[in-house]
Amino acid sequence: MQKEAAIREPLILGHKSYHDITEDVCRPIEDKAPKMWYILFGIALVVGLYGIGCILYLLGTGVGVWGLNKTIGWAWDITNFVWWVGIGHAGTLISAVLLLFRQKWRMAINRSAEAMTIFAVFMAGLFPLIHMGRLWVGYWVMPIPNQFGSLWVNFNSPLLWDVFAISTYLSVSVVFWYIGLIPDFATIRDRARKPISKKMYSILAFGWSGRAKHWNRFELVSLVLAGLATPLVFSVHSIVSFDFATSVIPGWHTTIFPPYFVAGAVFSGFAMVQTLLLIMRKAMNLEAYIHTKHVEYMNIVIMVTGSIVGTAYITELFISWYSGVEYEAYAFINRATGPYWWAYAAMMTCNVVSPQLMWFRKLRRSLLFTFFISIVVNIGMWFERYVIIMTSLHRDYLPSSWSMHYPSPIDIGVYIGTIGLFFVFFLLFARFFPVLALNEIKSILKGSGQSYKESPDYYKNH
Amino acid sequence: MSDKVIYVMYDDDGVLKDGAKKLVSSGVKISDTFSPFPIHGIDPIIGIKNTRLGIMAFLYGLIGLTLATIGMRFFMIDDWPMNIGGKPSFTYLENILSFVPISFEFTVMCAAHGMAITYLLRNKTLPGMPAQNPDPRTTDDKFVMEIRTSENSMDEKELDQLIKDTGFIEIDKKII
Repeated sequence: MQKEAAIREPLILGHKSYHDITEDVCRPIEDKAPKMWYILFGIALVVGLYGIGCILYLLGTGVGVWGLNKTIGWAWDITNFVWWVGIGHAGTLISAVLLLFRQKWRMAINRSAEAMTIFAVFMAGLFPLIHMGRLWVGYWVMPIPNQFGSLWVNFNSPLLWDVFAISTYLSVSVVFWYIGLIPDFATIRDRARKPISKKMYSILAFGWSGRAKHWNRFELVSLVLAGLATPLVFSVHSIVSFDFATSVIPGWHTTIFPPYFVAGAVFSGFAMVQTLLLIMRKAMNLEAYIHTKHVEYMNIVIMVTGSIVGTAYITELFISWYSGVEYEAYAFINRATGPYWWAYAAMMTCNVVSPQLMWFRKLRRSLLFTFFISIVVNIGMWFERYVIIMTSLHRDYLPSSWSMHYPSPIDIGVYIGTIGLFFVFFLLFARFFPVLALNEIKSILKGSGQSYKESPDYYKNH
Repeated sequence: MSDKVIYVMYDDDGVLKDGAKKLVSSGVKISDTFSPFPIHGIDPIIGIKNTRLGIMAFLYGLIGLTLATIGMRFFMIDDWPMNIGGKPSFTYLENILSFVPISFEFTVMCAAHGMAITYLLRNKTLPGMPAQNPDPRTTDDKFVMEIRTSENSMDEKELDQLIKDTGFIEIDKKII
């Protein structure tokens, strides 16, 4: 058992026993869902179905229903794609990178953060699929032998790299998440009384045993998967940024993009984790496991990544002038003072100014303030993508073709719809899956629980 | 000779570990333990070797890298070399920078999935398998030690005598 310095705040509040942890996590799954769950689920479902309706209309009619024009051929759709992929970055960062750094506070949040990641990447994946127009031939992005004369996909294209990056990221995240879930499903299986739920959870638990050898393998597999997933976290958003950075559009063609996108992704991902967890811990009575200290740690990550993003914005501005390329310089002057100045201002305020408030201990430990900032950050990060994409395109080299982008109702409907679908998935997860990594939480109880912190000899006689 | 399995249950991981140490030092062979979370340090006590899944992951990764290299060389260089944006496609080496991202992604994909599948197969844990733990409480807060009479030279009475001092809470015997 690894012991922790007593002056560090306990990670598990209250004098919990192993059984209490099982009870606290399993009760919300076994009890009837509260009325609030049904209300939220209903709203999310309606919004999600509206989004699906918009997608179907879009597929039936064609991409013409988007607010695109000759100058702006890539706008709303790719913005949402990058936004969702960005949000999908926190989960694997928490469970993989923080595992390698042996950060125990990750254990309370990794399960739900990873679920969020997976659902966010689902939503992200929808956009390029829709963009293809013919959803049913989406598998053509894979290098599959075909009869069109050896017509292969282009391995020189960052768009294809993206296909591989996103699908690897999604599938590896699902595997990582599920391998951690198996022992916890076994816990629910062994407690279940009703035959249907018993059957369901036994299928999900794969017959997990809890043998010493299996745990030995489990720990190694988690560690190696974390090691594999860590470079993935950084590569995925780097490759997303290549979609822009390898083009020759002023404002996109910069080498700073990969690190800047990765920092932005982690920044927005953590903000989304905060938004969801602050509600979930309250709704599911998990305040003892996800408390102020966890929120504070996450706020520090938000502050650091927010500062990296802020530095990147300013570097970009400086370099556009310093490069001496007038197109590049104009792209940035136009960004800040052109017709989209309001989006630029929103991005600067939300992403550069707001995380700096986290320097104040009082603010970063305030749950209400954190909730507010987490939403502000996500709005800001959406505007970041909108600004990068829109301002670089809408005034191209030929002033006669300068134009503006106005989203169509279908554009907006699809976007809002994905938010609805995301919450449908997340609410189902919270209802039927163990939202905390039970087995991991139990393993830190003796080293980081309140009982140990108050009297280090507490577990000596047990 | 029929084999008798003794399941000794504890309510704490530390007590089980101390008990296991004591039993092993008096010559008892413990075949397995069942616990709701990994008991760190139990493996060397009861003589469980470290898993070699890490080596497997490395091999799967190598396979992935090889497949990606062969595939991309065939698609882009051999079968249908195209001039895309003036990027050279005459030899694999000249074009290798374009192939780095996918080589990496495919390596990771094969390593992760290969290892995960091997892990599930080695554990014999697959969808719908029956639960393998002797008592449902071992996934909650109880810890069980498994001792087989066939693996021990001493008889059952002697074993019982030794187990008695380890602070267990329940004992269960099964003939298989």
